[in-house]
Amino acid sequence: MKKIFIGLGEYFLFIYEIIVSSFLPPFEKQIFIYEIYKIGVKSLPVCLMTSFAVGMVLGLQTGMSSISVLNEPAYIGTVVTFSLVKELGPILTAVVLVGRVAAAITAEIGSMRVTEQIDAMYTLGTDPIKYLIVPRVLAFTIVIPILTIISNIIGITGGGIISYLRFDIPSTIYIRDCLDYLYLNDFFHGLIKSVIFGIMISTIACYKGFYTEGGAEGVGRATTSCVVMSIVCLLIGDYFLSSLLIALGIG
Amino acid sequence: MIKIINLYKSFNNFVVLQGVDLEIYDGETITIMGGSGQGKTVLLKNIVGLLKPDKGKIIVDGIDITTAERKVLLEVQKKFGYLFQSSALFDSMTVFENIAFGLRNYNLSKEEIEFRVKLYLSYVGLQGIENKYPAELSGGMKKRVALARAIAYNPRYVLYDEPTTGLDPQTTEVISDLIINLQKKLNVTSIVVTHDLKTALKVSQRIAFLSEGKIVSILTPQEVLKSEHPLVKEFVSSSMINI
Repeated sequence: MKKIFIGLGEYFLFIYEIIVSSFLPPFEKQIFIYEIYKIGVKSLPVCLMTSFAVGMVLGLQTGMSSISVLNEPAYIGTVVTFSLVKELGPILTAVVLVGRVAAAITAEIGSMRVTEQIDAMYTLGTDPIKYLIVPRVLAFTIVIPILTIISNIIGITGGGIISYLRFDIPSTIYIRDCLDYLYLNDFFHGLIKSVIFGIMISTIACYKGFYTEGGAEGVGRATTSCVVMSIVCLLIGDYFLSSLLIALGIG
Repeated sequence: MIKIINLYKSFNNFVVLQGVDLEIYDGETITIMGGSGQGKTVLLKNIVGLLKPDKGKIIVDGIDITTAERKVLLEVQKKFGYLFQSSALFDSMTVFENIAFGLRNYNLSKEEIEFRVKLYLSYVGLQGIENKYPAELSGGMKKRVALARAIAYNPRYVLYDEPTTGLDPQTTEVISDLIINLQKKLNVTSIVVTHDLKTALKVSQRIAFLSEGKIVSILTPQEVLKSEHPLVKEFVSSSMINI
């Protein structure tokens, strides 16, 4: 128990250092742009594939379920859109990025820690939090809502294709179903969640890497721990975050 | 000048340093010797501020780095060049980028950086490898590139952590000569941590012996060979057998 509290304290202190370092010049522009490319552009195909597939499954299941209940495929667009925009879009994009990016960040920074490269940075007059961590956390936090929006659009398109091919619902009706009940608040509900997920995942990944101990085995342990902790925090945090946003009247 | 006063450091109740007192004078090369696990590297990492001691003071040019803020500490760390035991080259960067890394804080032009990288590479006897990655270099070459990186921004103090461990006798000689030349040419203050007595005798003006977390004896190389101190005597005799 004591270890958990020490770890939590260390994690929040780490976040505090990231915030302070973010406002101190110089800003590592080149690394930041490279990280945007690495995290954003390179993750796009996986995010698109998963959200397209999920959109199709949602369309199919909603159609079949509404046939059982209402004897006709109704509200497919509405269900697909609400599910994706408010819940599945942010969470799926975050889970994909945990596997594709966060694990890699922990492994990379962890390897640098155990091979004394981070210590070397200090002795060369460079703050590794500023040089390694801040650009990654910022890039991650900026990229994740953009990827979420793109994933949402592709997912809704997937649902539309299925509702047309399987249930003969014309695209105009599907689009009307999608937009009729959707308010800007619902859109922001998902977007705010994805930004907070981004901060959560990137700081966990960097923290786990930065405090890696114990050689190659330690890097493996840190990477596993990053993935497990990120996904657990993501799913538990999602419930509380959703409750809070609903209580605040956002979505 | 660096002054270490009553320094204590432990890890999870395992005491490594227990009351180290040491003064390091400007322009000298001092070697800290001791058996494996005696805390030589821990002492070196405390001096450069990579580890925080449990108790005691480390005063570098009048600043106590044990209580200094992060910003002040980073400024003090710029005075140090550190040659890591494992070289610690950035494996995602080329040799050029590795050596240029320390220079990025000094507002130098591209030409000046290029000039300095080439100069210090030639200084350690390695030319034409600027575009190679650390994975393409041998252990000795890595050590020399790491040394070039540590001295490229003209630090006031250079710290060597086991500079010759794992190297062949020829490369050991090259590194030893480099340490001597650096002290002569650039008048840097050098702190060498090693258990290689031959290197210590060759490069240093003073040799400090670390045992059970304390400095037990500080001698000149000549005094080391004649010393009656049991630990020094044991060290000399075992080293002579190895030689």
